[in-house]
Amino acid sequence: MSWYKNLSRRQFIQLGAAAVTAGGVSCHRLSPSPWRFLTVAEARTLAAVCDQFIPPDHDPGADWARVVNFIDIQLCGPYLPLQKSYRHGLLSLDRTARAQFGRLFASLAPEQQISLLRAMETNALAEDGWTEISPSAFFELLLSHTMQGYYGDPRHGGNRDHVSWKMVGLSYPPVRGRQPYAQKNS
Amino acid sequence: MALKRVNAVVVGAGAGGGVVAKELACSGLTVALLERGKWYTSFDCRKDDLRNQRTTVLGCAFGPDDARNPRVVIDRNGLPQIVKPSDGSYSNNAACVGGGTFSYGAMAWRFMENDFRMRSVYGSVPGSTLDDWPISYSDLEPYYEKTEWEIGVSGDDSANIFKAPRKKALPMPPLPPSLEETTLERAAKRMGLHPFSIPMLRNTVPFNGRGPCMRCRWCVGFACEVDAKNGTHNTVIPKALASGNCDLRTDSVVKEILTDSRGRVTGVAYFDANNRMQEQPADLVIVSASATESARLLLNSKSALFPHGLGNQYDWVGRNLQGHAYSGAIGLMDFDIFDDLGPGASIAICDYNHGNPGIVGGAVLCNEFIRLPIHFSSLLPRDLPRWGAAHKDYVRKFYKRSVIVMGPVQEMPVFDARIQVDPTVKDFWGIPVARLSGQRHPQDADTGKFIAERAQDWLREAGAIQTWCRVPGLDLSGGQHQAGTCRMGNDPKSSVVDAHCKVHGIDNLFVVDASVHVTNGGFNPVLTIMANAFRVSDFIARNWKPT
Repeated sequence: MSWYKNLSRRQFIQLGAAAVTAGGVSCHRLSPSPWRFLTVAEARTLAAVCDQFIPPDHDPGADWARVVNFIDIQLCGPYLPLQKSYRHGLLSLDRTARAQFGRLFASLAPEQQISLLRAMETNALAEDGWTEISPSAFFELLLSHTMQGYYGDPRHGGNRDHVSWKMVGLSYPPVRGRQPYAQKNS
Repeated sequence: MALKRVNAVVVGAGAGGGVVAKELACSGLTVALLERGKWYTSFDCRKDDLRNQRTTVLGCAFGPDDARNPRVVIDRNGLPQIVKPSDGSYSNNAACVGGGTFSYGAMAWRFMENDFRMRSVYGSVPGSTLDDWPISYSDLEPYYEKTEWEIGVSGDDSANIFKAPRKKALPMPPLPPSLEETTLERAAKRMGLHPFSIPMLRNTVPFNGRGPCMRCRWCVGFACEVDAKNGTHNTVIPKALASGNCDLRTDSVVKEILTDSRGRVTGVAYFDANNRMQEQPADLVIVSASATESARLLLNSKSALFPHGLGNQYDWVGRNLQGHAYSGAIGLMDFDIFDDLGPGASIAICDYNHGNPGIVGGAVLCNEFIRLPIHFSSLLPRDLPRWGAAHKDYVRKFYKRSVIVMGPVQEMPVFDARIQVDPTVKDFWGIPVARLSGQRHPQDADTGKFIAERAQDWLREAGAIQTWCRVPGLDLSGGQHQAGTCRMGNDPKSSVVDAHCKVHGIDNLFVVDASVHVTNGGFNPVLTIMANAFRVSDFIARNWKPT
């Protein structure tokens, strides 16, 4: 059965996401995660972290701007060597959250999430369990990648609809001169 | 089997090598110009803020590639770290036809007269190899002029009362001023300073068959979409090829310079675009590979007569690695000063290059190139959090309200700030890689602090409601302004090349890039590199005889 091969990529991903959230349908022909590298659980943790770095207010936050998508793409590209750090770091963050507050990071109250992130940043987090990467080193990765995904060019999978450039008042899309040739030989 | 002999091999098609190749080819010598990178053009302009030659988080757009070109850096704990070009500590410039000139910000400075005689003017500096150049500004002056007219420089330094004398004005006017330029100019004048339009290797009117700057916000680190940014890739190198005497070979990685038993250079061994080893015989070899790579090549060219590498009998090759200790200040205004008129950097003062009480040297101070949102997101006052609601609010509110004034502080050269070759790590082609170690001179931090405070004064006078300083630490310098590793000098015991950039003790080997700079001025060095390349080429062409 190859009916799914006629789907557009977007439809394919949506089906996969629906299958996972439904929890029941487990079709081994469909990918268990809508992401290229991240698991659904990892993406959920990551989205919660990003949304504390750049929270939604009257302008969208990092999650809406598809920062998780940006990170997922780069982890399969130039950030390939960081896959292990991400896998381990997100798991350790969730373990720490459960140890300290009894729930996974994404389910914590905002003040609890912020306190954990601050502790990571200032190296005040207990490091047992963090064998692959230290909490503060992982924090720096998360922060810089979130900023890149939110403020960087949309071509890399984040900054959905140029939202951050609109936010700071820059003209968009920045297509002038020969710039429309951007996809050629990139 | 070796390739057909040429008169000259030039290693590196950058600021120095491009000029040498053209001058020699147009004088009738046959030239093989070997470039390890590729030939990019304006059609390779992507305006990708995460992948360019300055923000390299997703890679260096114009080389070298991460996979094949490691270096070793000795870190603060004395431990060797293997780094790749997109890491900041790698000290990269570029690897492509045009070298750094393909994507630079293109500031086009003549050094000042004192920059060539720092030791005579200031005396010796403990812990530094500070010295005079064996040439003076007046030796270079006609070649500065030649560079300005042949490569193409715009601007207006007539108001710069500190400048070294010039005989001819610049060929192109400055760009019409932005709001930031006007604001800063008025403030500087109120302070009794002497602001003027920065000379730039950038077309502001049609020149050399190409059009003017489109005033976009993607300049320094990016290819120029409209080919208005002048470098060796779109001026002298095409001229060299047009002469019929120059063969440009890209993707060509030179492994070593070959010598004979008489101590003469006979050519180079290099890996061609198919990674096959080739031998290119030549009467002359000119090394223009950058301060890091030229030193590396000399050190890797060992033989019975030269057991420590070429020009290295007294252990001066690779020493005195310099860059600039960029220092300055950031200011926030209470009005939108951003008007999206690039390139951003436009106005300068030379009031603080020399004659600063208690300070050796100094720096030109300029406003900075336009910051893209990703750059601004980390340009924070000390009391502001790096993330969260307050940070987002700050970026939203102040993106169009920031002004930066910075200057390339002239460094005191340090003997142990150096390039060596690594005993174990090799690149993709099996060539031992550069090993970087050492630190800046402590005085650079003091000079930096002084310069940063002058920048702060200027910003405050211009109306900044908040300012903060930025001074670099003492980590090893280099980067885009790397210089000093094969210094010029009259004494072979304390220099690598003579006043004509010929390697001491070897008749037919020259180094023509910033490696030869004894000191590096308080200015971006590229115009000096190009002018010196014209000067040395003149010498070679006049004195060279076919054998």
